[in-house]
Amino acid sequence: MKTRWLWHVLGLLVVLVLAWGAWGVAPAHAADPTPTPVITDDQVNAVAHTLYCPVCENTPLDVCGTQACAQWRELIRQQLQQGWTVEQIQQYFVDNYGARVLAAPPREGFWWLAYVVPPAVILAGLYILYRTMKQWYRPRQATAGEGEAADAAAASPSENAASSADDDYLRRLEEELRRRT
Amino acid sequence: MNATETQTPEPTPKKRISWGAVAVWGGLIALLVIVGLMLNRTQRGGVAIGDTVPADLEVTSFDGTTYRMGDLRGKVVLLNFWASWCTTCKDEAVALEQAWRMFQPQGDVLFLGLDYVDTEPDALVYLARYDITYPNGPDKGTRWAQTFRISGVPETYIVDKEGRLVYKKIGPFQSLNEIVAAIQQALEK
Amino acid sequence: MLAHIGYGALLLTFLLALYAVAAAVYGALKGRPEWVESARRAVVLTWPMLTLSVLSLVALLVTNQFQIEYVASVTSRAMPLYLKITALWGGQAGSLLFWSWLMSAFTFAVMLRSWQRDREFLPWVIVVTMVTLAFFLSLNLFVENPFARLWMTPDGRVIGAMFRPHGAVPFTPRDGNGLNPLLRHPGMIAHPPLLYAGFVAFVIPYAFAMAALITGRTDARWIHITRRWSLAAWLFLSLGLILGMRWSYDVLGWGGYWGWDPVEVAALLPWLSGTAFLHSVMIQEKEGLLKHWNMVLIILTYALVIFGTFLTRSGVLSSVHAFAQSAIGPLFFGFIGITFSISLFLLMRRWDDLKSDMRIESLLSREALFTFNNMVFMGILVVSFWGVIFPILSELVTGQKVTVGPPFYEKATGPLFALMLILMGIAPLSAWGFASAKRLGRLIWIPAALAVATVVVLVILGVRSVWALVGFGLVAFVAYITLGEFIRGVRARMRRGEPVHVALARLIARNRRRYGGYIVHLGVIMMAVGIIGTHFFASETQATIPQGGSISLGHYTMTYDGLQEFYANDGRHVARAIVSVYKDGKKVATVYPRRDFYLDSQQPMTIPGVRSTWLDDFYVILVDWQPISVQGATFKVYHQPLVNWIWMGGIVFIIGTLVAVWPEPDPEEAAAKRKKKRATRQRPVPRSARA
Repeated sequence: MKTRWLWHVLGLLVVLVLAWGAWGVAPAHAADPTPTPVITDDQVNAVAHTLYCPVCENTPLDVCGTQACAQWRELIRQQLQQGWTVEQIQQYFVDNYGARVLAAPPREGFWWLAYVVPPAVILAGLYILYRTMKQWYRPRQATAGEGEAADAAAASPSENAASSADDDYLRRLEEELRRRT
Repeated sequence: MNATETQTPEPTPKKRISWGAVAVWGGLIALLVIVGLMLNRTQRGGVAIGDTVPADLEVTSFDGTTYRMGDLRGKVVLLNFWASWCTTCKDEAVALEQAWRMFQPQGDVLFLGLDYVDTEPDALVYLARYDITYPNGPDKGTRWAQTFRISGVPETYIVDKEGRLVYKKIGPFQSLNEIVAAIQQALEK
Repeated sequence: MLAHIGYGALLLTFLLALYAVAAAVYGALKGRPEWVESARRAVVLTWPMLTLSVLSLVALLVTNQFQIEYVASVTSRAMPLYLKITALWGGQAGSLLFWSWLMSAFTFAVMLRSWQRDREFLPWVIVVTMVTLAFFLSLNLFVENPFARLWMTPDGRVIGAMFRPHGAVPFTPRDGNGLNPLLRHPGMIAHPPLLYAGFVAFVIPYAFAMAALITGRTDARWIHITRRWSLAAWLFLSLGLILGMRWSYDVLGWGGYWGWDPVEVAALLPWLSGTAFLHSVMIQEKEGLLKHWNMVLIILTYALVIFGTFLTRSGVLSSVHAFAQSAIGPLFFGFIGITFSISLFLLMRRWDDLKSDMRIESLLSREALFTFNNMVFMGILVVSFWGVIFPILSELVTGQKVTVGPPFYEKATGPLFALMLILMGIAPLSAWGFASAKRLGRLIWIPAALAVATVVVLVILGVRSVWALVGFGLVAFVAYITLGEFIRGVRARMRRGEPVHVALARLIARNRRRYGGYIVHLGVIMMAVGIIGTHFFASETQATIPQGGSISLGHYTMTYDGLQEFYANDGRHVARAIVSVYKDGKKVATVYPRRDFYLDSQQPMTIPGVRSTWLDDFYVILVDWQPISVQGATFKVYHQPLVNWIWMGGIVFIIGTLVAVWPEPDPEEAAAKRKKKRATRQRPVPRSARA
């Protein structure tokens, strides 16, 4: 019983130390003859979650159930024990197993296109929308104190325009009711 | 892609050329070309029989020797994709090693094991267990695998003395004879 | 024998479809209605014929005819009967046949409608549907034959072929490979047929659109005719997607429901364009506007249906959902190229005819907001399409595969989905033709204030994530507006003296489309609540514990009470853990996470144990990547707040769609019917002319 309690404290300490190390404050004196830190499954999964299984299609490494994935998770555990950062581990996986292990293409070279094209197309779409709207947009002449002019200026707060909102809806509804009944 | 390009609702009836139409057709053709090329790749595999295997592929074996495809002209090269986590690879491991020991003395045949997405300690255990003596190295960045577009492991490719692909086997070899026959065929070419 | 019947029926249907196309074209061009009528009858015949073919395959499947290649590849002796039937769509060949069968069933239904007012459409609808059907049938006939038999060649290879290859002898395996375990889940049984039904049903509006383009009758008639078809297609597709999510949550054992897998996204694409279509057709119906755009959208939807099917079936994409590499790719590619080009060509030919005097009087009018909504859907579509196509592009250009996964999609589509939510809230408030900011402001200040109040309450309750608060605030805002619409309508009716429940029921019944739409919106809002909850507040942990040990996560604690291992009589080896779930120290449930190992296909499946409430799910997985023993086991536990809202939202969503799709006497049609009745009374129309 006593030893168990001790383990918990030790485990907590290890987590704290690791968190500290991950913070990047100090590059951790990993060379100390202290026993290698215990890496929890959660820490392994947190890293594995950012990676994709290199052999199964589109399965994150933390949820993949194959033997191969178990080996990779074990590898991640060892790398974490040796004090590697997440970025280092990711880089190792990319070097060894190709860029497809990352959840999204790396931002370099050709792969920039992945990030550039959608916004560009959307912007182009917006431009087309703008031009079309300009072509279509013919505001109603502000005759009855209603309309865009009134909105923009807000100077002529003719109450009848505002109160017509509800009335308009009800009128529509009433009309519908009359028509349908 | 063609999704947004088609959204050009400008009729532009007076102009002879409607840029919207050009864009739409261009987008459609580009898409079809991309998909067509990809389909072609999928259908024939990365390297088809008779193609020259890219010379710049190289692998550094676990013991540190580097083999470059372009430097291996004049030898029949058997490329075997495998992994320690692969169960069917084990079925052919013994036969492959036997074949290697048969051909090694001749000097004009090289076996090259390409360890596909694996971890080094497990790979070394595997090599030791099956007493594999031909050079093996990790397929770094899956360069080889992507070039050949392998669909799994094991897969074996035989390249003739001129560096052309002459044989491919998806899945494990069933017998030593099958391996020997394939190599002999490549030697005779 | 059965195989020959099935194959023969398939072949005959193919010929019928080709004949129908030829006869319809001839009849239409030469002005010979009797040829069109003959084509129509041929079309009507395709469904019974294909039914015969499908039934033959089902009979083969349930009677363990393993000499048939397809049967051997998807069933095994140990499988229960219902799974043997559903194995019909468990493999490439069978699911293509099933697809064709659905396609002909829908076409059959369309053929039986009254065509009197739309005679000119008929031949072209026949052409489009039958060309599509013939194409899918040709895949079955010439490439992926579900009726092919197994043969052993003299050199010892086993091959599948319809007729005896030279020197081969019949071969019958002792047992089949069994259905992929992933497909043995109730969700997965219904998910593919619904998805296919959704895909196929969109072919009908497309066919009418093409008919409209070809004949030049480009008014809103084609939209009126196919309105319910589009809604039904959308219903099936939505249902298929939601069931797919549920399946993923229940079976894939990763605590998630949507992984932005390329195949999932490929199924989402037609849904996106279809949703945009459903909204923009309303503008054409009300105001006669956006005719071009509707054509573009329906063509796009059809194209995406075919393209998505191609991507998942040709081996170009690889994914958990994809079928194995297949030779149907080139045929599909040709079909895609031809149909896209013809559709585009037709559209451009009629471009000027489709012009309408589009006029937007206010940027807040309903038509303007609907246009913006369409743009948002197109934005999401662009992102998703690019995400699907990019890995292919990368492999072609750089020779390297890349994954385009959740981080890409979530960042790119998140803001667009938020924008969609806002538009969804505001658009129903705005009026057709003209709406001013002032008028809208009057309508939204109360919901906006309530939404702010909701956010304040959430902050007090301890929610600190800024983006989650923004999300919940938006959702609350839209929810209050939508509910407000119901309240306004009910109040208006109550002023006429109706009690609340009658007012509500009548309100919905009298304008099913409008209020059905709002119910769908409410469903979307509920799903958004669930998505925000799981996205921002989910947590997980994993540990190996001895029997009697426990793992804590948040308010929950689970204890490992024991493990049972046994063989189930359907060919599984089951390792089942007994786990007690405690919330705040009180026992709330016992769950049984398990791992099934399918002996026939040698594949494991991880089935979670879930304790589910409307507030959160506690989801336990028996992790199989470490040896499971009675002494100790590794568990992964997820806490998924609000995930149930997704499923409940899904149900509301479906109910809303059903309300909208439910036949409602169209005043125009009702009038026509009345007129017809009168006409019939005067002079009975001969049956043949009614058609």
